[in-house]
Amino acid sequence: MATDAAPPFEVDHRRLIGRARRVDSAFAWAGLLVMVVAMTMLMALIVDLLVDGLPRLSWDFFTNFPSRRASRAGILSAWVGTTLVMIVTAALAVPLGVAAGLYLEEYAPKNWMTDIIEINVTNLAGVPSIIYGLLALGLFVYGFGLGETILVAGMVLALLTLPVVIVATREAIRSIPQEVREAAYALGADQWQTVRMYILPAATPGILTGTIIGLARAIGETAPVITIGALTFIAFLPPAPIQPEFPFISFEWLNSPFTVMPIQMFNWISRPQAEFHLNAAAAGLVLLAMTLLMNGLAIYIRYRIRKGMR
Amino acid sequence: MSNAGARRVHDALARHARHGAIELAALERAGVAARSGPIAADEGKDRPPRAEPRAHKVEVRGLSFWYGDFQALKDISIPIAESEVTALIGPSGCGKSTFLRCFNRMHDLYPGNRYEGEILLHPGAVNIIDRRTDPMLPRLRIGMVFQKPNPFPKSVYENVAAGLRIRGIRRKSLVDDRVELALRRAALWDEVKDRLDDSAYELSGGQQQRLCIARALAPDPELLLLDEPTSALDPIATARIEELIDDLRQHYTIVIVTHNMQQAARVSQRTAFFHLGKIIEWNDTEQIFTNPKETMTQDYITGRFG
Amino acid sequence: MATEHIVKSYDQQLNLLSRKILEMGGLVEQQLASASEALATRDIEAAARVIEHDDRVDDLEEEIDKHAIRLLATRQPMAVDLRHIAMAMKISNDLERIGDYAVNIAKRIERLVKVPPVQSQYAIPRMAQITQAMIKDVLDAYLERDAARAVTAWHRDDEVDAMYESLFRELSTYMLEDPRNITACINLLFIAKNLERTGDHITNIAEKIHYMVHGQRINRMPQQAAS
Repeated sequence: MATDAAPPFEVDHRRLIGRARRVDSAFAWAGLLVMVVAMTMLMALIVDLLVDGLPRLSWDFFTNFPSRRASRAGILSAWVGTTLVMIVTAALAVPLGVAAGLYLEEYAPKNWMTDIIEINVTNLAGVPSIIYGLLALGLFVYGFGLGETILVAGMVLALLTLPVVIVATREAIRSIPQEVREAAYALGADQWQTVRMYILPAATPGILTGTIIGLARAIGETAPVITIGALTFIAFLPPAPIQPEFPFISFEWLNSPFTVMPIQMFNWISRPQAEFHLNAAAAGLVLLAMTLLMNGLAIYIRYRIRKGMR
Repeated sequence: MSNAGARRVHDALARHARHGAIELAALERAGVAARSGPIAADEGKDRPPRAEPRAHKVEVRGLSFWYGDFQALKDISIPIAESEVTALIGPSGCGKSTFLRCFNRMHDLYPGNRYEGEILLHPGAVNIIDRRTDPMLPRLRIGMVFQKPNPFPKSVYENVAAGLRIRGIRRKSLVDDRVELALRRAALWDEVKDRLDDSAYELSGGQQQRLCIARALAPDPELLLLDEPTSALDPIATARIEELIDDLRQHYTIVIVTHNMQQAARVSQRTAFFHLGKIIEWNDTEQIFTNPKETMTQDYITGRFG
Repeated sequence: MATEHIVKSYDQQLNLLSRKILEMGGLVEQQLASASEALATRDIEAAARVIEHDDRVDDLEEEIDKHAIRLLATRQPMAVDLRHIAMAMKISNDLERIGDYAVNIAKRIERLVKVPPVQSQYAIPRMAQITQAMIKDVLDAYLERDAARAVTAWHRDDEVDAMYESLFRELSTYMLEDPRNITACINLLFIAKNLERTGDHITNIAEKIHYMVHGQRINRMPQQAAS
């Protein structure tokens, strides 16, 4: 208990408040300005795309193969290729990434070795994507002899996405308060029950968000896909996954050559004819739409899971 | 003793009872003097402990515990009587919560901890802290309620059913029955019976804590550990839970950690006073709070230190 | 308890309670002494003053009770503090009764002076002296929290009781001898009864002090043989 008086000081409350209000206001205006600039640039880009590409969008555009004639060129092989590659990417990256993140966070002992692994994983997320392409070329295409296929494209993009998924999983699991774990263990749950029934469900929204971010990045990655040998002029589709005869599901499409949207766009924009540039813009719109669709799907899934937890 | 004989004894004692010098009432309670009327089987909550000691639910012998290099518990020995509430009191950091968490091996969740001694859980005399005892075993027999209500992010029903699902009980009718029984025992059934599928987070703080109690009760534990269960609640919610503890005593053995001495005095039959990792004194609650043997106990409960 | 409470005002309030008990005890002690002296000197005015001062005794009892109840409500006392406060309420009750006995004695004096004195009233002054000594001892015991001293005072009541018995027989003899003595003897008998009851109430206080200090009743068994 301080019995001696502290030295007095004078404070002009009105001046303090005035200054605080001015600083707040200045900051708000600055933020608004920055946001307007960024939004304007973004809007400009999108509007430009829309102006150039929207007229080009038609049913034919979606169902035509690329062609030497700009007016007849379409993105069929490109968007089918992108979709199939994304399926493989997700199928590889998500289970492996979530399992790895889960293991690192819940099961692995906390020692220097796991610290090093954590540092490495975080760094891998920043490695230039073309390096992944080189790795895939050497290891998957030539080393394993898998060829320039959708499977390999999916694998290389999965490698790219893996660190993102692992980090997202770890962060999501870390954000679950310790009380939930303690409650589960106190009830007599073993580790797997705790993970399956309480940790994973609670972490799923966070995991999904990170996964979507990773996949959205992967969908636009051109360099590694080119490196492993995606072709630019594909006038055929990979064999369909669903067959009319037994066994009804075929995996031959994994072994097929392919192309993806970014490559198709790049190909068109490199041509001198202006019509192909319009095609590229239209393809860009489609790619944008695909990304937005993926994000929307993720948001919807998160919403349903949150409701399901109630 | 015949009725006439009992009455003679009673009259003789009454004659000698002048100025309250002989506590006739106390003698009657101790059974030395016969009452003037019939005695009901269980006479109400402020009856002092029975003359014969109850069976022990748990025996703690020479328990010591280390967080790394720091010894948090020093050679603790105390029995926990069955169907009674034992309260653990003491200033912050005295080890009472640490002691409680030894019972269900909560410390195993964190690295660097070490137990020594014995905690014997009856029936079976299982040593809970033996390295060879799987930590799941005490947890399957013992329930715990934590300081801050921590329901799972699931529905009310799923929260209470959690312990049953963990034990692999799948038959819906059985789970339904046990969930209802647990919610009734936790005095929550009437408030949630139409809301079983709502999220647990929609309940108030006091309701959430009662939900956590129901969750702990559903798998029918032998022992219930309460770690400061009301410290995050308002006085009304606190009173409801204290009332609940009184009722639960009929079915469960309870150990409660509380920093509120009046609560310990209200709800428990036995109290242990902890200080710096040791039990300074443990005894009947009435004794501890009216005439404790140790000066340190008295200083703590009268607010002279702590 | 060498230590103080963490909350200082709690200590201050407990001390206030003790002081009030001592004040009331001192006043009652004074009342008893004045009544005894008025009896010895057959002084009606002194007796009247004793009757007047009883209001202050009653006020003090009320103050003590109010203070104790407030402490119970606000401090939630435990152990020794709880015993202190609970016994303070009971001790004030006993002190108030003793004050009433002093008043009764004073009232009897007014009737006594109207009749010729009876010889050899050695017992009553002796009883008065002993009870005054008992009060003083018990108040000292309260102040010092000395249970042993309280027990000593507790034993002296046997003497008071014995004197009452012998005085009863003595006064009976006088009344049989000469009927004119009856009024005086009866009043003296009532006065002696008041003193005997005073002794009993002082033993009550002694028991409360013992309980306050030790948390247990006085162990009566060995001493009963002595009576």
